[in-house]
This record gives sequence, structure tokens and C-alpha cells, in this order.
Amino acid sequence: MTVNMTKGQAISLQKSDGGTLTAVRMGLGWQAAPRRGLFGSRTREIDLDASAVLFADKQPVDVVFFRHLTSDDGSVKHTGDNLVGGAGSGGDDEAILVDLQRVPVHIDQIVFTVNSFTGQTFQEVQNAFCRIVDETNGQELARYTLDGGGQYTAQIMAKVHRVGNGWQMTALGNPANGRTFQDLMPSILPHL
Amino acid sequence: MTAELVRGQNHTLPQTRLEIRVSAGCPVVAGATLGDEHGTVRGTEWVAHPGSPRLPGLEVSRQAAADHRLAVDLDALPGAVHRVTVLLALPTGAGHPARFGAVAAPFVAVTGLDGTEIATFTLIGLDTESAVAALELYRRQGAWKVRAVGQGYAAGLAGMLADQGLDRAAELAASIQDAVASGLARSVAPPPPRAPEGERVRHPSGPAPAPTDPAPPRPGSEPLGGPTTGPAPGATTGTAPGAAAAGNAAPGTAGGGPIDYAHPRRQTSAPPPPPPTAPAAAPGQPAPPVAGDATGWSMDERLYNQIWGMFEDLARAVAAYRSAVDFAESRMEQELDRALSDPRHRMGGAGDLARERARDKCQDLTARAREVLDRDLSQLAAESAVVEPALPAPYAGWGNPVWHGYRVPMELPMALRLGDLHLPERTDLRIPLLVRLPLERGVWIDSGRTASEAAAATGGDRLRRLAMDTAVTLAARLLAVYPANEFSVHVIDPAGAAAGALAPLTDAGVLAAPPASGAGGVSAVLAHLTRRVDLVQMAVRAGAADSLPPDLDTGEHLLIVNDFPHGFDDRAVTQLRYLADEGPAVGVHLLMVADREDARDYGPVLDPLWRSLLRVTPVADDHLVDPWVGHAWTYEPCRVPEGSRVLEQVLALVAAARRADPR
Repeated sequence: MTVNMTKGQAISLQKSDGGTLTAVRMGLGWQAAPRRGLFGSRTREIDLDASAVLFADKQPVDVVFFRHLTSDDGSVKHTGDNLVGGAGSGGDDEAILVDLQRVPVHIDQIVFTVNSFTGQTFQEVQNAFCRIVDETNGQELARYTLDGGGQYTAQIMAKVHRVGNGWQMTALGNPANGRTFQDLMPSILPHL
Repeated sequence: MTAELVRGQNHTLPQTRLEIRVSAGCPVVAGATLGDEHGTVRGTEWVAHPGSPRLPGLEVSRQAAADHRLAVDLDALPGAVHRVTVLLALPTGAGHPARFGAVAAPFVAVTGLDGTEIATFTLIGLDTESAVAALELYRRQGAWKVRAVGQGYAAGLAGMLADQGLDRAAELAASIQDAVASGLARSVAPPPPRAPEGERVRHPSGPAPAPTDPAPPRPGSEPLGGPTTGPAPGATTGTAPGAAAAGNAAPGTAGGGPIDYAHPRRQTSAPPPPPPTAPAAAPGQPAPPVAGDATGWSMDERLYNQIWGMFEDLARAVAAYRSAVDFAESRMEQELDRALSDPRHRMGGAGDLARERARDKCQDLTARAREVLDRDLSQLAAESAVVEPALPAPYAGWGNPVWHGYRVPMELPMALRLGDLHLPERTDLRIPLLVRLPLERGVWIDSGRTASEAAAATGGDRLRRLAMDTAVTLAARLLAVYPANEFSVHVIDPAGAAAGALAPLTDAGVLAAPPASGAGGVSAVLAHLTRRVDLVQMAVRAGAADSLPPDLDTGEHLLIVNDFPHGFDDRAVTQLRYLADEGPAVGVHLLMVADREDARDYGPVLDPLWRSLLRVTPVADDHLVDPWVGHAWTYEPCRVPEGSRVLEQVLALVAAARRADPR
């Protein structure tokens, strides 16, 4: 069952059978906004980017984004940069895979962000969503709808953090402005 | 708020501890120079570059990379410094672009330590320049500012350094490029993307055919698809046992029918046998490892992929451990500092308690990291224990019993083991270093003194002998894994000093000719191989591979050069460089046994030669770098076990197969 998340909502990343999650995927999908008027087939390219920032004790330790596709320890992997979005079929255009079992012991929080690299605000993007999926069985755990989201170019989406021996996810849904994750650092820090 | 600077614009810096991030479309060298109040760089000690990456208050990275982070602490700079210039340069050498106009515009950002951008600058409008002064940080009335410069130099690094008032700028520029090049030569190239099976057609003949032509025309070879007995020499497919077993319309095995309707490149119509599956794991336990548990069309390919997978997993598991330990230690130091400076802790035991707690936290985190690492390492060790015995001869060490059952192969294997790699965290967990065949770059066995302990403990003469022994076992390995008569080995030993080490090859009679000695011998061998490279290149360029003279041997060649540059005159050195550059593409490979110090007189002329070769050492030495994380891996060559005759036995079989099938 999909949870349409609202800001600040925390969900425990536990499977229905009680075991903790071992692998999650953050998927991001969007469709380029069609241009109206003459030459209508010419669509403007919209490049959204998904990033994951790995924190140890509130210090950023590693970042997985389109220029660094695998964290040094191999636990977080980006499937690669998509510059134009999908045709709107609803699939993930960019995805970040996190193997929670392999995350180094000192990393206690991972923050997922979405940025508009080409600068369009989420109002101009159609069918944009990001979601968290349990990678072991493909079940969608949470979904955000980004389009119509106002004059923002970035969103700090969610964080997964260690609780006891397992992991928990908290939806942040905090709109922000910035081109890459570096611009977002000041807005991320209060959420840690 | 980020300031997006244009050329010439300046911006006040709010803090003195900064990071400068550089992103470029290709690997670039990043460095920095310090200038006094007149803007003069007072000497080479005021230049931070890959060869000397640390100055007080400034650190740059050691190698060329597409992304850099330069750490700057302006307060820690010497008082006489009034200006810091951040410069970028393109590394010289083959495979690197020669001008900034040919690559994407570099982007430079000055950021705080938390990653917030203070000012950014995109260096647009560069053309023939190969070096550029990107940014300048300078003192103005007690405060620091940043200015976007973007001044390019077509004369390169040397021109830029000279412009900043450095004498001997050319020398320094050369040493910087050299430091970068040695960084590049240390890196293990990532595995090449796997070609689809249909493309993996072997080319035993020298001329590399055009990709659309699966069978290079050879003098005397059967036309493709005709009723041939045995595989056509030019078109032996790679390793597709599935297709071969099914007898399924593979070219050359059409079974007598004169017409073959099958697509000549589609050879994988039969699915490969399924990989061995691991038995179900007990709940809560990792699955027991199985050899060949990876993707691939054949067992060889699966094992190859599995070994690369183990290599990457080990690199990453150790990276996770090291980063956790580093973090634990730096946090402990910060906490100790804080405990020390807190006035409330001056009295009583509170300070001791805080320090105690900081140490405990560090130990706890380190212990947990170690636990995870041990879990990963024992899993990899278990995998290694099942994979090693299952390896085919080309992937196996000399101690593996598979070499005792050695038979001369009918086709070229995918890869060859050059030695073992390991990390200090667990020295008994060895990962085979596999290189693809045919070789893509030559090998340089460093007979000089290296920084490693093992080299320091070994005498100079002993080291030279070990280097030559390593070269001989490597040549024997190559001879053994190629089909008979498709690989020949030439030796240049100008002083005849390596006769003892070469005995296994000469006794078995597997050399193309006796080791060449003296200046005459050197030039004769070089002339022979140069002619071969020239002819094959010409034939390939003209698309007339069938017009090669019939006496030309179309197999692959390996040239072992001992004692370089002894016995080499300038002409011979030039020929050798030509072979190193052009040879690999047409099947002529170099195996140099040399001490770089000996060739010092030639100066930087030979740098491209060293750079183009994969450097290995005769004794354990941690100089190879993995493509993922950049750990320094300790390399050890494959050694024949003490008292074993396996090398002689294998070479005798090779020699017998050559006699049975003379060309």
C-alpha cells in the first residue's frame, strides 16, 4: 500500500512481516512540459537530479549524485543522470539504490534531495514524483507528487536514519531553491 | 547567496577556511601558486602541485581528475603571501586533450567547509590554451577577496609559471606533469565493457579487421561459411560452448552444407548453460559462495566477472571500514579538544570523564566497523577459497594443480593472471590481477629499487635477477595460453646478462630466435618487428590485408627487453618507442625489464614510454591503484613454487605442439 506522505511524517521502514528493510530505492520520474503555441512539438528540456547525502554525526561524509554515482563504500548507487525526463509513462527516470546492510557503521543519516538542474520550478514540470520503494519486493513505501509544488526548484525529500539496529524513514518534503545539492546544504542541516 | 562571477569580477570572502571545487569535463591537473605583495612567486616552494601537494594552509590533490577539491586555510598561509592563484592544466601525453577548447568549460566554485557556495566561475572562451589561471584569492586591506581570472596560456604550464616570475619554470612544469603521469601509470584500468558475444571474435592474425568484417582475409584461409574442417583460423568464435555444443549454425561448423543461411554474427542462438546456483542459505546466514556465480556466456567469463566483482567488493568493504575509522578518530580528536578547552572541566573529574567518554565512543565505533569488515572479509575469503581451485590455467597461479593437467589450448582465453593483489587489512586474501587478452598495453617490470620494504630487503643484483625471472614466467604464461604458433617471444639481452634467467625458455626452444645481444642484435630484432608493424599497419589502412607478404608471421609477438637502455643507441630508442606506441594495435607487445634510473640520461623523452606500460614489480610493492576507490594495492607476481618443475613441463608441451604444427 502506498502512503502519500505529508511533510514531517515519519514511517518506520519495517516490512509487513516485521523484518527491517535491507534495500530501498529512491525513484524520481518526470515529464518535460510541452510548449504551447506554434512549434508545439518542441519541448523544453527539464533536467531533474536526484542526490543522496550521507551524514555521520551531522557532518556530510559522502554524496551520491550525477557526478559521483557510487559512494566510496559501494552501499549507495545512482543509476545515472537522465537529462530530459521520461515520456510520462510513470516509471523512474533516475533512481538511487541504497543497500542499507552495507552502509558503513558511522553513517547514521541519508538525506534524499531533488533539484531542478535546468532551473524550472516544479510548477512547470508535469507528472513529477519521487518515491521510496522497498527494493526487495518492489513495494512502494511512500510517494510525493512534486508538480504544482510552487515556485521552488528543489525539494529535500526524505531521510532514512538509524534507529536501534534498523532504519527508519522520515518524510521531510521541505521545498528549497538550488541547482545542485551543494546549494541545499543550509536547508538540509536543520533536519538532521 | 552565491555570486556567479564573470572574468575580472571580484567578491569578498566571508571566511578564511575554504574549499575550492573544480569540475572539468576531463581529467585536469589542479595546483596553486603563492605570490607576495608584488605578485611574484618567490620559488618552487611556493607552488602546490601534484608532486608536492601540501603547503602550509593549502592542499591540492595528487593526481589529475575531472573533479578536485582544494582545501585552503588563508589564516595559515605565511604572512608574506598576498595572493593565491588557482591554476588548472591539461595533463600531457597520449589520450589527453591538448587544449581547453576541445573540452567542456571548467567550473570553479569557492565554498565554505559545509559546501555552501560563496562564488562560482565558469571558464568559458578558452581555445588553444592548455593551462589557465582560474581564480585569484588576494589580501585587500586585511581582508581576503576572490577574483575570477580565467587567463589562459597556450604555452601551457611552463608559460604560465614563467609569467608568474618563476625561473626554471619549464623544469617545474615538467616535474609536475611527471608527477601526474606517474599517478596515471599507477592506476589499474577498469575492466573494459563486455563486448556482446557475437562481437567477441578472436583475431589471431595481426591486422585488426574492420568491425563489420568478422573474418580477416588471410593468405590461404578458407572462405567463410565454406565446408572447412575445424574452425576457420580467422573466425574462431570466442567462447560460446552453448552454441558450439548445439552445432547450431556457427560459421565454419556448417557440417558440409555449402550454404550457411545463419547470420554470420549471430552465434548465440542457444542459451548458455545456466550458471551454478548457490544452495539455499540457512535463514540469517549469507549464502555459501559458489565458483562462477556471476553473469557471462561461458564459465571463463563468469569467473572473470566474479573475480572483478570480488576485487570491487574488497575495495569497497575496506573503504567503508577506513572511512568509519577515520571518522571515529577525527570525532574523538574534536571532542578531546572541546573537553580540553571547556573551562568547566578545569576542576574535578568532569574533564577526565569527558575524555574517557570520547575515547570510548571512538573505540566503540571502530569495533563495530571492524566487526562489519570481518564479516565481509570472511565472506570474500570463503568465496576466494572456492573460486581459486576452480580457475582455468590462464587465471590460476603456478601452484594450482590445473597447470599439471595443462594442454595446449585451441583458442585464446579471455584474460591472463599477472599476479596477486592484496590490502593490508587482510594480507592472506589475494585477488588475482587479470588482464584482458590480447594485451592492450605492454608491461614494465621495475628492476630498480622501489619504496617497498621487500625491495629494500633485497640486494640490487638479486632484484634484477628476480625481475628477469618474473619476465620469463610471464612470457611462459603467455606462450602457454595462446594456441600453438600464434605467439612468439623475442628477447633482447644486449650484454647476455640474463642467460641464466632465460634458461627455461631457451632450453625448451620456444623462443623465436636466440636472445639477441650486442648493438647489432638489438637493431636486427627491432628492425624485424618495426617492419612487421609497418607492413600490417599499411595493409590495415589500405584495407588490403591479403596483400601481405606470405612470409609474414601473423601471430602475436612479445619483445622482452632486458637491461634497457644498455646496448641501445638513439635510433634504437626511437624504434622502441615506436613499437610501444603502435605495436599493441597490431599484436606486437613490449615487456621491459628496466630500472628507470638507468635511463635517466634520456630525460623526459622516455616518459611517454614508461607511462604507456603497466608497471609491475618483482617483489611485493603497493603501487597499483584500483579504479573505484583508489586504494594502494600490494602487487605480487605469480611465482613458481619452490622445487616445482611445472614451468619446464608446460614449456615442453608448448614446444612439442609447435613442432607438431609447423608454420
